[in-house]
Amino acid sequence: MAEEVVLLNFWPSIFGMRTMIALEEKGVKYEYREEDVINNKSLMLLEMNPIHKKIPVLIHNGKPVCESIIQVQYIDEVWSDKNPFLPTDPYQRAQALFWADFIEKKLCVCGRRAWTTKGEELEATNKEFLELLKILQSELGDKPYFGGAKFGFVDIIMIGFYCWFPAYDKFGNFSIESECCKLMAWGKRCMERESVAKSLPDPEKVVGYVLQLK
Amino acid sequence: MADEVILLDFWPSPFGVRARIALREKGVEFEYREENLRNKSPLLLQMNPVHKKIPVLIHNGKPVCESMNVVQYIDEAWSDKNPFLPSDPYQRAQARFWVHFIDTKLYEPADKIWSTKGEEQETAKKEYIKALKVLESELGDKPYFGGDNFGFVDIAMTGYYSWFEASEKCGNFSIEPECPTLMASAKRCLQRESVVNSLHDPEEIVAFAFKIRKIYCV
Repeated sequence: MAEEVVLLNFWPSIFGMRTMIALEEKGVKYEYREEDVINNKSLMLLEMNPIHKKIPVLIHNGKPVCESIIQVQYIDEVWSDKNPFLPTDPYQRAQALFWADFIEKKLCVCGRRAWTTKGEELEATNKEFLELLKILQSELGDKPYFGGAKFGFVDIIMIGFYCWFPAYDKFGNFSIESECCKLMAWGKRCMERESVAKSLPDPEKVVGYVLQLK
Repeated sequence: MADEVILLDFWPSPFGVRARIALREKGVEFEYREENLRNKSPLLLQMNPVHKKIPVLIHNGKPVCESMNVVQYIDEAWSDKNPFLPSDPYQRAQARFWVHFIDTKLYEPADKIWSTKGEEQETAKKEYIKALKVLESELGDKPYFGGDNFGFVDIAMTGYYSWFEASEKCGNFSIEPECPTLMASAKRCLQRESVVNSLHDPEEIVAFAFKIRKIYCV
C-alpha cells in the first residue's frame, strides 16, 4: 500500500524544518502544505491538532502526529531501515534526548523571548541566548556532529536555528560567528547535506519575515 | 556484572516519584539518596551540571537526567519486563504527545496553586482543571492512559496525582467532582505496589506544601 504523508507547516518555523529534514533523510515522499498560521489556519490543521492548533503536523495515512521532536522520533521508528537518527544503546539515546530537551526547553524558549522583549529584559535574553549556544557548542566539542561521526537526532533538532542566526545577529546586535565559531562551522557542515539544504529557507528571507513582524 | 543504580532525589518531588515508580515496576534494586535542594551534593552538581536538578539516575556511574527521559531509559535498559511504551510507533507517538501535554500544561498551574493566592491562584486553578479535563477526555473509558496496562503516561501523571491532595488543600477546591473518571484512574495508580512504595504519606506532602507555601506566599 502506498504511504500517504502530508506535512502541515509554516515556512519560517524551526520546528517544521526538523520534520522536513527527517523525512528527507529517510527518502520519504511527502506533500507539503503551507499554513497561514497568523490569519487563517486551515480546517485540516484544526482537526488534526485540536489540542494545540499548531504546526508542524505530520499526517501519515490519515493519522496525525504532533510536536516536532515526537515527529522526528516517529519518522525514525517507522522508516527504521534507513539512516537511523538515534543510537541503539539506551544510554546514548538518553543523552541525545536530553540535549533535544535542552534545546526545546532552554534555547527555543529564550529565542522566542528575544522577539517579544525590549530594553533591559532584551539585553538579559540576548546574553542568555549566547550562553546557551556556548553550552551546546561545548557539548559538540570536536565532533563533526552532535551525533558524533554521523548526522543524527540532536543535529536535526538544532539545525533549524542556523538559518535564524543572521536574524538573531541583526536584532540582538551580536555576532554568533564570533561568539560560537565551532557551532557556525557545524551549521555549515550540516548545510552540505541535501536534506538540510532543501529544508531550510534562505536566512535573508527569515530576516525579512522578522522585519515584517517588528 | 551486578548493576549499580543510584537515584538522587527529593522525597516530595512529583518528578522524582516517576523515576522511583519506573525502577520498582521493573524490579530494579537501587540506592535512594535524598538531596537537600538548599545544599546540593557535589555528586548532584557533577552528575547534572547543566540543570543541577533531581531526579538523576546514575547507572553504573553514568548519569541520566530529566524525569521522563529517565523513565524511557529505564524502559529500554530493562526491556525484558513490564514495558511502559507500546511497540507500535504511532501508539508511542501518542503516549509521548500526552506526556508532553502533561509537562507543558499542568506544570505551571500546579506550581501556582501552592505558591500564589487571590486572583493568580484562581486563574491557576481554572487552568489546572481545564488541562485535567482534556486529559480525562483522552483517558475515556480506559482504566489507564496505557489502556489495560499501567504505562508511560500513567507514570508521568502519577507524579501529579501524588500532589492532588496538596493542591486541593492549598487551593481550597476539589478535583473529583470536576474529573471523576480521572480520579478513579488516579486512585487505581496510587494503589499500585510500585507507587505505594515510592510515595510518602499524602499528609506529609500536604504538610510540606503548606510549609513552602508560607515561604513563597507572603
